[in-house]
Amino acid sequence: MDSERLDHTFAALADPTRRAILARLMAGAASVTELAEPFEMTLPAVSKHLKVLERAGLITRGREAQWRPCRLEADPLKEVADWVEGYRRFWEESERRYERLDTYLREAQRKGADP
Amino acid sequence: MSDMKVVADPGTQEIVITRSFDAPRDLVFKAFTDPDAVRQWWGQASSETVVDQLEARPGGRWRFVEREAEGNEYGFHGVYHDLQAPERIVYTFEFEGMPGHVLLETIVFEDQGGRTLMTDSSVFQSVGDRDGMLQSGMESGASESLDRLDAYLAKG
Repeated sequence: MDSERLDHTFAALADPTRRAILARLMAGAASVTELAEPFEMTLPAVSKHLKVLERAGLITRGREAQWRPCRLEADPLKEVADWVEGYRRFWEESERRYERLDTYLREAQRKGADP
Repeated sequence: MSDMKVVADPGTQEIVITRSFDAPRDLVFKAFTDPDAVRQWWGQASSETVVDQLEARPGGRWRFVEREAEGNEYGFHGVYHDLQAPERIVYTFEFEGMPGHVLLETIVFEDQGGRTLMTDSSVFQSVGDRDGMLQSGMESGASESLDRLDAYLAKG
């Protein structure tokens, strides 16, 4: 996994406005004007956020038409999901293993307590 | 929920797991060093654990095999370097599927008045090996949730 790319992705995701933009784009492509609507923000301010997302590869801007639709790109988010998933699995496998040890210890104590 | 903590500081070669068990220290130590005990809890729930070797003395060997119902076998082995009942075990650990990647594991048990606190420190040969272990489940486990993410994103 490319660590530098992950850095960029996480940096881009570390902002509530940019996450809201990505959430909106999950419903489909949108223009800058449409994306700016829910925010009390100027268009240039929104464009700045879009540039960060674009540089991180999280969105692409269409060349077609005048409205240059923004689209969500799956790859960097998949990498983030991969990264998180690995840790989750490690955690779960460790915990499951120790839960089996809990069970063994409980049983052993119960048997030990029997006459 | 247990009190398990996993610490893997960035750029280091170590993973430290702490967790407490509701059992006296003697019994927890035995669970790690008695072949019959190991067989009952070690490894995945879905597979059978075979204790091929367990020589609980410094210089002694251990080898455990996880046998899945479908017949796949995964062997693990190493050498005990230190055993101080009931407080400390030091051994090497190597997964036979990745020979040459050896880690050194130190397990310390602390008595907490009937309960036992375990601190399990693993030192890997490189940061890459350490990170690889942390991400071990990734290849198989991530695919399902990623398929779902794919499907979700494809709608957009």
